[in-house]
Amino acid sequence: MAGNIAAGPLSGIRPALPLLAPAYLWLTLAIFLPLSAMAFFSFMTDLPLSGKDWSFTIRNYAAFFSSGLYVTLLWSSLRLGLEVTLWCALIGFPAAYVLAKVLKGRSREAIFLLVILPFWSNGLVRIFSWAMVLREGGILDVVLNAILPFKISVDLMYSYPAVIIGLVHSYVPYMVLTCYLTLQAIDDSLIEAARSLGASRLQVLRRLIIPLAMPGLIAGAVLIFVPVVGSFMEPRILGGRTGTFYGTVIEDQFVAVFNWPLGAALSFILLAVVLVILAAASPVLRRAT
Amino acid sequence: MMSATRILEGLGRFYIGLLLAFLYLPIVIMGLMSFNASPFYQLPFEWTTKWYEDLSRNTQLLAATWNSLEIAVITTVISTLLGTAASLALFRYEFRGKKFLQALLFPPIAIPWLITGTAMLIFFFGIGIGRGLHAILLGHVALALPYVIVVVSARLQTFAPELEEAARSLGANQWQVTMRVTLPWIMPGVIAGALFAFAVSFDQFVVSYFLSTPGQATLPVEIYAAIRKGFTPEINAVSTIIIAVSMGLMLITARFFRFGGEK
Repeated sequence: MAGNIAAGPLSGIRPALPLLAPAYLWLTLAIFLPLSAMAFFSFMTDLPLSGKDWSFTIRNYAAFFSSGLYVTLLWSSLRLGLEVTLWCALIGFPAAYVLAKVLKGRSREAIFLLVILPFWSNGLVRIFSWAMVLREGGILDVVLNAILPFKISVDLMYSYPAVIIGLVHSYVPYMVLTCYLTLQAIDDSLIEAARSLGASRLQVLRRLIIPLAMPGLIAGAVLIFVPVVGSFMEPRILGGRTGTFYGTVIEDQFVAVFNWPLGAALSFILLAVVLVILAAASPVLRRAT
Repeated sequence: MMSATRILEGLGRFYIGLLLAFLYLPIVIMGLMSFNASPFYQLPFEWTTKWYEDLSRNTQLLAATWNSLEIAVITTVISTLLGTAASLALFRYEFRGKKFLQALLFPPIAIPWLITGTAMLIFFFGIGIGRGLHAILLGHVALALPYVIVVVSARLQTFAPELEEAARSLGANQWQVTMRVTLPWIMPGVIAGALFAFAVSFDQFVVSYFLSTPGQATLPVEIYAAIRKGFTPEINAVSTIIIAVSMGLMLITARFFRFGGEK
């Protein structure tokens, strides 16, 4: 098909240029040039504006490696990303399975829509809504005390579990979506064949369904892990003082401490980590989409 | 044997119910609390619309809401126009580097907004664009463009290029082919892309946050500032409105663009 178009008058980039240029120039100005500028800027001592003296330095990167603080924070952010991803897989995969293999027709469509709908509403507001549930005197506290015969005080607010809960709530629809797409593609007759040949349900799950659904699981994991490692608003709101992560430190450099070159270096290190993960997963991602 | 399957299916349905409860309960509770009289979220529940009345007099939040809507509408128009044009070019023409141009659409979607946002802040500041609503608009269009191109391109996949050739051989010029043959066919994709763009802009917090200045901020940025000062039912009220608007919008989108339907 591509060949037959190329043979016509519609080949070469020249006729395509007027249609392409506006969009790609915009992307260059607002995404690609800024990312390059950040890389450049992370090697400077100070802002090249406002008449200040500046020179090239690797001080900002040295700060990252010499002070154990930033390395530790990056690790804790990576751990946070891993934990949230695991929870999302544990919660999201079974849901995707039910959606793809148990539910049928209109109820499937409606529930699928309900699962991914919150995902397109405001993330900040959804994180805030957990404060209503998790705080002392919040709904969880009230309901548990009404059910349980003894008095307990539930105050998960401003804790590590609160951050996990909020992030899992934010990102689990991704996992359901990607797993659903791969699970739906598995032919039901394959499962029936395995069952009729004497495989148990568990064997079918372990030897057939999970391997075939792997691209979806990996795609979901990458789509969740990457933004969680860079999260800062969620730990701030739900984690309080315990919510110091790599992302919150970068935020501080730009809005509180005003050490932009250090912030740029920290951002750029995060970008490098992210790109390595994306590159490693790209063959699987390409197959999954 | 049959009954075991039944039981498992029942459990599966129950599990989906639990997941939906997990996803929606906090939002419902936040909405209910916006109608509760106690400023400290105390129960028992007492009905009031006081917080919405307060909200209607909060000039700072109202101004931010207006900014958000304005930026979202302009972002939608620009990114839909530019994105649809780019999709058409990527669909119609074969040229070297096309794969590369398509691959370039993924970094803006995949790179965490924290990185994109801080990079924009540095660059815009450095070349004199500065911060403020214009900078936010510049950023939002860039964030929305890849989504529009991906969605419109997906719709173009269902279009038969022979139709364009037929129209051309009947004497239609390029403009007529586009306006009378191609665009009507891909219109559902264009509308879905536009709604995506609106949602991306209207819900965007991180990039707006780094590009805003006091007085030139969008609604999520003001809400974040308010949350960090302390929780008030007024925040619940404005959040409830936002959730209702974005979810309503996505339901409309779903009518044009069927996610996960048969296929």
